[in-house]
Amino acid sequence: MAKVLMKGNEAIAESAIRHGCLHYFGYPITPQTEIAEYMAKRMPKVGGVCLQAESEVAAINMVLGAASAGARAMTSSSSPGISLKCEGISYLIGSDLPCLIVNIQRGSPGLGSIQPSQQDYYQATKALGHGDSQVPVLAPSSVQELADLTGVAFDIGDKYRTPVMLLADGALGQMMEPVELAPEGQTVLPEKPWAANGHENKRKRNIINSLYIQPDVLEKIVLERYKRYEQIEENEIRCENYMTEDADVILVSYGITSRICKTAVGMARQKGIKAGLFRPITLWPYPKKQLMALADQAKKFLVVELNMGQMVDDVKVSIESKKPVHFFGRTGGMMPSPGDVLRAIESEGGVR
Amino acid sequence: MSKIVFERPKALCDVATHYCPGCTHGIVHRLVAQAIDDLGVEGKTIGVAPVGCSVFAYNYFNCDMIEAAHGRAPAVATGVKRVLPDSVVFTYQGDGDLIAIGTAETVHVGARGENITIIFINNAIYGMTGGQMAPTSLLGQKTTTSPYGRKKEIQGNPIRVCELMATLDGTAYCARVAVDTVPHINEAKRAIKKAFQTQIDKKGFSIIEVLSTCPTNWGLTPTEALEWVRTDMIPHYPLGVYKDITGEDEAK
Amino acid sequence: MTKSFILAGFGGQGILFAGRQLAACGMAKGYNVSWLPSYGPEMRGGTCNCSVIISDEEIGSPIVTNPNYAVVFNLPSFDKFEPLVQSRGTMFVDSTLVNKISWRDDISGYYIPATKLAEDNGLVGGANVVMLGKVVAVTKLFTRDEFLKSMAASIPASKAQLMENNTKAFDIGMGYK
Repeated sequence: MAKVLMKGNEAIAESAIRHGCLHYFGYPITPQTEIAEYMAKRMPKVGGVCLQAESEVAAINMVLGAASAGARAMTSSSSPGISLKCEGISYLIGSDLPCLIVNIQRGSPGLGSIQPSQQDYYQATKALGHGDSQVPVLAPSSVQELADLTGVAFDIGDKYRTPVMLLADGALGQMMEPVELAPEGQTVLPEKPWAANGHENKRKRNIINSLYIQPDVLEKIVLERYKRYEQIEENEIRCENYMTEDADVILVSYGITSRICKTAVGMARQKGIKAGLFRPITLWPYPKKQLMALADQAKKFLVVELNMGQMVDDVKVSIESKKPVHFFGRTGGMMPSPGDVLRAIESEGGVR
Repeated sequence: MSKIVFERPKALCDVATHYCPGCTHGIVHRLVAQAIDDLGVEGKTIGVAPVGCSVFAYNYFNCDMIEAAHGRAPAVATGVKRVLPDSVVFTYQGDGDLIAIGTAETVHVGARGENITIIFINNAIYGMTGGQMAPTSLLGQKTTTSPYGRKKEIQGNPIRVCELMATLDGTAYCARVAVDTVPHINEAKRAIKKAFQTQIDKKGFSIIEVLSTCPTNWGLTPTEALEWVRTDMIPHYPLGVYKDITGEDEAK
Repeated sequence: MTKSFILAGFGGQGILFAGRQLAACGMAKGYNVSWLPSYGPEMRGGTCNCSVIISDEEIGSPIVTNPNYAVVFNLPSFDKFEPLVQSRGTMFVDSTLVNKISWRDDISGYYIPATKLAEDNGLVGGANVVMLGKVVAVTKLFTRDEFLKSMAASIPASKAQLMENNTKAFDIGMGYK
């Protein structure tokens, strides 16, 4: 199939439709509004539903209803809007409902800025909802990956009965790149015998619920869910190694920032610095083993993010603090240049 | 030969409920189940339970059920209905759920004319959490969070939901009923069935407000509570049909 | 080969469209490309710009800070990006709207009265495409036919008649000395 030039936000929307998602519920917020606009245009043509909800809160609960009824459903937002959805996300987790939640991050906290950021790393990977709960988080770094991982996210969601988050940023959402989309109409959706879609007097009634008043029952349910998290960790971890084979300095970076790092790694190599990049694609579960495998060889790690160092702890834990972990980042919606990252490599860990 | 003149509706589960003695939730559950039975739609009905006293409603209805977050039942019902337009979707919500924390969701299903039915239990109090002020608590009503009586200068005024929802263009059928007397219960039964029928006929949004009792948190006996509905609630919340476009010509 | 562009001007001048044409033609030619717009309040009538990268390698950062080529359509954009153009880089300036030239001796400058040329030829709003004509002529990244073919493909069938004017505008720019 030929490549098309598409905005990241539009690629997510089109890819979602091609992966069988015919129910989108959203609310406008920069820099992800193109997803809602694209859905509004396309859904009626493919027999789907795009509904602009009265709030982010309503949108995520509409997703909960649609997912309960057995449909592939999604919502999208940007940082402040995701905070509003967190309640619903906890209920989706507690009800074991699959869905896709897209966060095209912007500067924060509060209303923040509308420029690209990665400031929701903690929220996404540690506490997207209240309670003992996790959500698989995928962090694409190109428009092609936005499209591909949208499909992966739906599959993971259905397989393990969990919401999944696609975590990107304003630059990825807004930029255009050539993308090859999945073919239309070829997704086979899995059976969902647990769905609340009317028992037709043919089966026992289904109940979608997150309330368990007896603590021993609830504990069992949570433990069972964590067993599934273990399987996700076993089967779904994704990451990329870029020039790490002989690297002394290993950059750890995801999403848009990892691309800046790739350029910086090239610049460092030209200067004779053996730099490499480790790019986690699943931010939760974190590719701990894969990063640990580099801990003996590396002299130093340098985490590069568009935040104040939210991933540093995950890197330290992964490598069991075997080597120094430095950090370089910009925040507020600022973006470093490859030259900035190169200087960080040189000052924090440039080993000639 | 004996003849059965009264039995549990099929759409109601054969379980004991958790409701307090004298509470009218049981009556309303029965009326909803009867409507489902009468219309023969249990197999394609999906109910959405709220947070509040009826949080366990998913244990009591024989159709598929979903438990929603506090106030979000109308949004959840919207999601279900948009996936399954030919199903019958109802929410069962109390006053705090419907018109305090869930006001936006409630107003907007009405505005959209979402083809669902809301059964709204107005007992002028938060029951599950132990008797706090509700958005529908009456002026002067003493609750644990309005211990000196609700004052409009401090806690604001109670909200009349039917009057509010009737103003919305998407609302097809909207009625306030009570379950304090047999005639009122018969009235309520007809209204609930009509609301479901409105939905089945795809005529738009329907909501039935049921004036209900909470003897436990009102600090009254069950009979006194029924009396309080008549003396205090109905004067403030008049019974009747507030909007009904179901008789109008659809082609218009 | 990696070539980076910044196109900048007022909202409504077709800046983002022009950048997209460069990216689309690069894609059609088999290059890796990226197009990144500025977004936000400036979209609503202030200055706007976009970054375009065309490369035969994987594109790292899509953000262009020091472009090989700056294509500017107003004075604030000239002032902002003129100092940022790479040494041995090139500026394309709509001289109808920018009454200024660069004094840098390490870059080349092309001053095209694109807005006036467009208006004089009944192509109001076509200054962006006039400029593209000059950009393609100077950079030699694409041939005329490659570029026009790619542009035609990017215009929806319902607006196919626009291509005639676009071709005219492009040729005016390409032939401008």
